[in-house]
Order: sequence, then structure tokens, then C-alpha cells
Amino acid sequence: MYQFSGKLKMLAIVLMAVGLLGTGYSFFSAPKTLDDAKEILAKQDAHHGGHEATATHAEEEHVEEAKVEEHVEEVVTEETQADSTATQAEEHVVNVAEQAQDSTNVQANEAEVKEEVAHTEAKEETHAVAEAHGEDHGDAHAEHALHQMQNRPWSAMYVALLFSLGITLLVLAFYGSQIVAQAGWSVVLHRVMEAISSNLHYVSLVMLVFLIATAMHMNHLFTWMGEGVTDPTSPNYDAIVDGKKWYLNTPGWLIRSIIYLAGWNVYYFLIRKWSLAQDNGDLKQHKKNYNATVIFLVFFMITESMASWDWIMSIDPHWFSTLFGWYVLATFLVSALTVIAMVTIYLRSKGVLPLVNDSHIHDLAKFMFGFSVFWTYLWFAQFMLIWYADMPEETTYFLLRFNEYKVPFLAMVVMNFIFPVLLLINSDFKSRPWFVILGGVVILAGHYIDLFVMIMPGTVGGQWGFGIGEISGLLFFTGLFIFATFSAFAKANPVPKGNPYLHESETYHYYNIEHTGEDSNHH
Amino acid sequence: MSTNKVIHALYNDDDILMDAVKKVKSENHHIEEVFCPFPVHGLDKAMGLAPTRLAITAFLYGITGLSVAVWLTWYTMIADWPQDIGGKPNFSWAANMPAFVPILFELTVFFAAHLMVITFYMRSRIWPFKEAENPDPRTTDDHFLMEVPVHGNEEELMALLETTGAVEINVVETH
Repeated sequence: MYQFSGKLKMLAIVLMAVGLLGTGYSFFSAPKTLDDAKEILAKQDAHHGGHEATATHAEEEHVEEAKVEEHVEEVVTEETQADSTATQAEEHVVNVAEQAQDSTNVQANEAEVKEEVAHTEAKEETHAVAEAHGEDHGDAHAEHALHQMQNRPWSAMYVALLFSLGITLLVLAFYGSQIVAQAGWSVVLHRVMEAISSNLHYVSLVMLVFLIATAMHMNHLFTWMGEGVTDPTSPNYDAIVDGKKWYLNTPGWLIRSIIYLAGWNVYYFLIRKWSLAQDNGDLKQHKKNYNATVIFLVFFMITESMASWDWIMSIDPHWFSTLFGWYVLATFLVSALTVIAMVTIYLRSKGVLPLVNDSHIHDLAKFMFGFSVFWTYLWFAQFMLIWYADMPEETTYFLLRFNEYKVPFLAMVVMNFIFPVLLLINSDFKSRPWFVILGGVVILAGHYIDLFVMIMPGTVGGQWGFGIGEISGLLFFTGLFIFATFSAFAKANPVPKGNPYLHESETYHYYNIEHTGEDSNHH
Repeated sequence: MSTNKVIHALYNDDDILMDAVKKVKSENHHIEEVFCPFPVHGLDKAMGLAPTRLAITAFLYGITGLSVAVWLTWYTMIADWPQDIGGKPNFSWAANMPAFVPILFELTVFFAAHLMVITFYMRSRIWPFKEAENPDPRTTDDHFLMEVPVHGNEEELMALLETTGAVEINVVETH
């Protein structure tokens, strides 16, 4: 049996406490009023003037410009209110997107000075449109920035929350796939995967609080929830979102979300209970687990896809992608396998997994390698199809990311593809624990960035950064993860001794690798 | 000392063969060759054969294929005749890179796979019309054959092989 050490428990609690404090601070320090936002913007502008020639300046320039572009889009959408036909709204969006694209080409090919011109032009145009409306849009820019700044602590928390939830859920789904595939090799890892999945209960609870807070309009992460977006008489009317109202409406979203969470949690509760019950070696129990898992996997594949639309894709409600659910799945699946490998290596080094040998680590690393490539395949398939066809309503999604999030956007591809491929292609390296940990850290960081780049552009836009809020979110959920995983692991026998495939797993040996030091003595 | 004699010991079970190989190795006899009708797991380890480096060659061939593809797409699409085809950016290779990825991938795989197979054929000396080197046709069906060259005491070696469960032992003159 494993003893959850007081030191580790303390670490988990400290991480959670620091995370909570930091999150509280980031909420506290977010601007409250329009004047606060204007002050921050003024500071940013001053910064502009001071460092004309530096690279940071150029970057911020992009940020500003894109913000104006977004703003233009908003205003144009408002304009359509007069006509209030969906076709025309779409036409306008197309125009705006084309403008956005043109200005990128300018950015790419011409000097900074020209950018400045484009920038001012865009701004003037905005005002022109606004004036044509006969409404005061003088504060509109600051208001837009204010919303983004207010979103930032929420988004910072939300990215970490989704990352933790996704990983935990995918560990559970991978565990399910091992049961259904009747995999022989992984039986000695069953208790590790169960322990990690126990985090699902805790994170789901946090998610539930978040969902309810969001539905109560405590944040503005989901623009389609905004006041009056589906009301043709409102200045906020958005014809495109109105057309999606049958799916994107707050009560439906909340009910769906709760169904996903409930379904996953019920399965975890049952499979954990039944898995422990199976320690007596009852084969009937084994079949029951199998059948329940088949049903869960069907439910999981549908709900995972829908959850990725509801929780991630709907942040950009004008944009859509068919393979998005798979892409999100791949991101979390790689991370989940990495986490399984890391927790297994840690527990084995503590001597509580006597049956796990180098071949099991080797197999986990093979999965990390394979699914890293799978993630890249899906990421590239999504990106390249949109890049190639270059249809404005789809391209804006990547345009925003490529212009404003260039470093994370490109770093992520290196960290999630090139690094694991070069590091984990060698069979010998895959069975070296420290190598797997090294690869794992980079993969986890890469997939956090991946999720960051999915969420942030739609919620905080140009006002993004990686500061106290973001780090605190990560710390809190890491603490929660450690606490949940290791306390669950301490509650059960690390060896699922009733599993009919246990012996196969115990003697599992991949022919190609030499087993070293930390090994089971069972063959 | 050296003679041209080899002993062919035949077995009819792979487990017995494995034990025999281990025993002969532990008595410090050199095993020239083992002929099997199918792959026997662990035989290479028991015989003390060095691991294959075929995977390393495949990796290098893959890099070669990637380089060829990069050069090909760069030369034909960017350097030699950069045309505006459907508005794709052809100012630089990097600007149009996503469009080249499918061919980069395929040529990498193509080079890695085919050159590795050809390397395998060359290193294993396999080609069409090659004369079979099989000492006993039964080894392609249901028998395993261990070939041990005779150095020194022939009787002693015969006696050792008798104890390993061989179904048939032949002394063969080679040329």
C-alpha cells in the first residue's frame, strides 16, 4: 500500500493556497471602470511613443491595430441592424475580414510607417461609421479594451481549469479504452490511471461553479451570451449569432454542460467502485466493467466533441471547424498519457509499483510519441485547410492568432511536434525515466500553450500576457491534481489483483529494450 | 587445427533449439548459423548477435528525403518560375510552406521506406536469381538447424550436441 506522505500533502495544499491567493489578486487588480481601462491604455500608448524603434513597439502596434479591426467588425455588425438581414451581415463580415487580411499583407511587406498609416486609417474609418450612426462611439475603444482586461483573470483561471479537466477526463477515457481493448500490458497501471481520474470529481465541481457564474453573466468570456445579441432591436444585435441561437443559448449550454459532467463523473464513480470490487477475481464483475465501459466510450466520444464546441469553440461564435472536437481530444490525450507516464515514474521511484518495468514505461512513451504526431496531424489539417482555401470568415481565426500570438503559436508547434519526435523516436530513450520526464514536461507545457491559444484570443484579445493570474491558475489545479491523485492512490491496493490479465501485464516485456535498474523482478 | 568440417544439428522444436543454443554458447563454441522456418523470439539475444542498425539508416534516409523535397519545392515553385497560382504567396519558401507539407511528408516516408528496404536486401544479400543457401530443405518447413564449425575435438562436440535434444546430427564437409 502507498502512504500519501505529509510532505507531498503539504505541497499540494500550499500550491492550492498560493494559487487561490494569486487568482484572488488577479481578480482584484483587474480594472473596474472605464477610467481605469483608459488609464492603462494611456500607459500603453505612452510606451508606444517612447520606444519607436524597438521590436516590442512593433508588436504592440499589431495588437492595437487588430483591436481596431475587431472594433470595425463590431461597428459594422451594428450597422447591419438597420437592414437586419443575415445575408448582408455576412457580406459585411467578409469585407471586414478582407480588410484585415490586406492590412496583414501590408504588415508583412512594408515598413512600420505604413502600418501606422493603416492603423490611423482604420481608426478614422471606425469613427466615420460610428458618426454615420449618430451615436457616440468615442469611448467604444476603451470599453472594448476594458472588457478584455476584465476577462483576463477569468480566462487565466478557465485555461488552467479546462487543461486540468481535459487531462483528467482523457486519462479516464484512456483507461476505458484499455478495458475495452482488453489490453494486457497496462493492467499494472490501472490503479495509477484510476487515481489520476479521481481528480475528475474535484475539477468538475470547480467547473460547475464556473459554468453557473458564467451563465449568471459574471464574466464576458462568451460573447454570444451578451445582452441583446439576438434581439434585432438592440444595438448589440449579431445576426450570425442569432442564426445559431437554437444551439448557442445559455440555458441549453448550461444543461448540456451539466449532462457531460454528470455522465463522466457517474462513470468514474462506478468504474472505481467496481474495479475495487473486482479485486476478489470475480469474472462476472470483469464483464460488467467491460460493458459499462463500452457504453461510456460511446457517450464520451459524443460529449467530448460537443463539450469542445460548447466550452472552447463557442468563444469565437463566428468561427467553426469540423475537426475541432478531434483536435481538442488529441491535445488532451497526449497530455493525459504524459501525466500517466510521469505519475507512474514518480510512484515507481518510490517503490510502490513493484510490477511496473521498463517495458511499461516504454509503451507509455510510445503512446506519447504517437499521439504527439497525431495532434500535429490534426492541428496541421485544421490550419492548412483554412490557410489553403483562405475563406475570410475562417481565416480571421488564424490571422488573429498568427499576428497577436505569434510566439506561443509557433513555439507550440516546436514543443508539441519537433521536440517529442526527435527526443522520443529512439527506442532506448523511451525506456529511460528521466528522458520521458524531460519530454513530458515540454509536451505538457506545449499543450497548455495550445489551449491558451485556443481560449485567449477570443476572450482577452490583445490584452494577453502570462502573469500572476495565469500562473496562479496552474498552481491551484496542480495542487488539486496532486492532492486528488495521491490520496486516491493511497486508498487502494496498487495492484489490481483480481484482473484476469494481471499476469500478462506483470511479465510484459518488449523485446527490443534492455531492462535496467528500476525493474520488476518477476522474470 | 582448422578443418572444413561443420556439424549440422537438427531440432524440431524452437524451445529445444533455444536451450541448445544457450548450452552450446555456454560451452564456448562458436555457432556459425541457425536456420529456422519462422522467427524465434529471443534467438538473436541468445546467440549474442549485435542489434540491427537498420532503424538508424531509415532515419538518415528520411532526413535525405525531406531535404530533397525542400529543395524540389523551393527550386521549382520559388526559385525557377514563381508564378501566381491562385493567389498563393510565392515570395519565399516559408510563406508558401504549408502547401508543400504533404509532399515533404510523403517524400520523407518514401525515401526512408524504400532506401531502408534496399539496404536490408543489400546487407542480407538477397536478390532475384540468387542461389538459395539453405543446407537442408526441411528448415523451411518444420525443422531448425544449428551449424557449428568443428575446431579440435569432433567427438566431444558431437557428444555435447547429442545431449541438447537434437533429432539428427550430420557432419558435413564444406568447401
